Amino acid sequence: MQSFSYARPASLDSAIATFAEGGEGTRLLAGGTTLYDLMKLDVERPERIVDINGLAELSTIDTSGDELVFGALARMSDVAADPRLADEFPALSEALWKAASQQLRNMASLGGNLLQQTRCAYFRHGEPFACNKRSPGSGCSAIEGLNRGHALFGGSDACIATYPGDFAVALIAFDAEVDVAGPDGERTIPVSDLHRQPGDNPEAETVLMPGEIIIRIRVPADAVGRGSTYHKIRDRESYAFAVVSAAAAVRLEAGVVADARLALGGVATVPWRAREAEHSLIGTALTAETARAVGEIAFADAVTREHNAFKVELGANVVRDALLIASGRA
Amino acid sequence: MSDDRKRTIEKRPWSITRRAVLASGSAVGALAAFGLKTPAMAQETTPAAPAAFLPRVLVSFAVNGVTQDIDLDPRTSLLDALRETIGLTGTKKGCDHGQCGACTVHVDGRRVASCLTLAAQVADREITTIEGLGDDEALHPMQQAFIDHDALQCGYCTPGQIMAAVACVHEGHAGSEAEIREYMSGNICRCGAYPGIVAAIRNAAQVMEG
Repeated sequence: MQSFSYARPASLDSAIATFAEGGEGTRLLAGGTTLYDLMKLDVERPERIVDINGLAELSTIDTSGDELVFGALARMSDVAADPRLADEFPALSEALWKAASQQLRNMASLGGNLLQQTRCAYFRHGEPFACNKRSPGSGCSAIEGLNRGHALFGGSDACIATYPGDFAVALIAFDAEVDVAGPDGERTIPVSDLHRQPGDNPEAETVLMPGEIIIRIRVPADAVGRGSTYHKIRDRESYAFAVVSAAAAVRLEAGVVADARLALGGVATVPWRAREAEHSLIGTALTAETARAVGEIAFADAVTREHNAFKVELGANVVRDALLIASGRA
Repeated sequence: MSDDRKRTIEKRPWSITRRAVLASGSAVGALAAFGLKTPAMAQETTPAAPAAFLPRVLVSFAVNGVTQDIDLDPRTSLLDALRETIGLTGTKKGCDHGQCGACTVHVDGRRVASCLTLAAQVADREITTIEGLGDDEALHPMQQAFIDHDALQCGYCTPGQIMAAVACVHEGHAGSEAEIREYMSGNICRCGAYPGIVAAIRNAAQVMEG
């Protein structure tokens, strides 16, 4: 691991100043579950670390109002255990407790979780494999390689690495936003715009500007949340990344769907909202057949590779099952 | 814990750290950040000023009730600090990437993967390791239950399993076999002693809650 110098500011203002003073080669450390892991692999080689765990002001959780407000340093385990979240937004709660292990959820912050980096083995494990995300311009070993876990949506000739997180997938289904703070003040970004598709420069993963820190996540406390689920299919029953996942929410009026949300995980380079599939649900009565048809719409434009084509069939079934679970709670 | 295992690492002359701090011109902020506060220092800290970047860190935290003041390379994991610097080798290094759970310890009562925790992150916190669970008179009920239920074969994952299991009970996640399996999924046992582990946790939970 490359050596680095370490700073631990005690307030947000100090953290912004420290991050700015550090400049290029400086990274923020929150839970550390991604960053420290990738530093051990030499994929991340920061020269300076700003440890923001002393910023107690960013650890608040408030689910009492018209908007759910989570400080960026709230830990995944604490948010997953919030009673109102579990009752009224089961998809958000499930997306958290079905991720990682309790040890990691006790460590990992929500802000850091949104920025979790891909599990693409060619990204993580370095030479001799090419990876445009790790080493821009070197090529992509996954496109013709072992791409069982790689993206069906949002890929490019430069990168098909899957966005690995769960919580962001559930957040975009509910039109959540993040507030960020930087040297030029605060701004708000929809979570659905936070991540960049790889295009020609897959190393640029988010729209965050240098020096910006995610400070909170806000979710409209919409009634559609109650009829929701985060349905996550994994290679083992627990403690694994999604092979395919779906955040689904429906609100029913007189037995037909009045509002529907659908977002997909494990299958795209960014958290993926399936809007056409959502629209197809409005005004329908949900059955296994109609829900399966929605799943087929969601995966209609999938671009498959040698080893991941199975996810089209699996994905349509995951969407079906997610919608049926969600409607059972609506 | 026996007296010979209770030890406070000799406070090293902090010349390296002091030199770095003085060079940075922000000694007060830097010291305050590492829990080495004095009343005078606390008053002088400017909230919006940048914190100093330090090539070494002087960290103070408690391990099993004993305060440790250690001077370390900021790259050092809590796991390596426990094993290599403090000499408590009960906590095991498995994957060193947060995937296996062998390194599980408690920080302020919450279970974490010590391999993915920088030692510098736990300044002022209270760490509990497997060595601090029982005492000279008796094993912790979870340790006893692991023996009673034959919940191990090679034993390498066991300290992490037990630390995770104690937290699992305290969190209220040991209510059923299914819940135990879900909330213990971060601890891998390559010997496959899972049936015994689950039985031990169910049993110990009754003792701990009784």
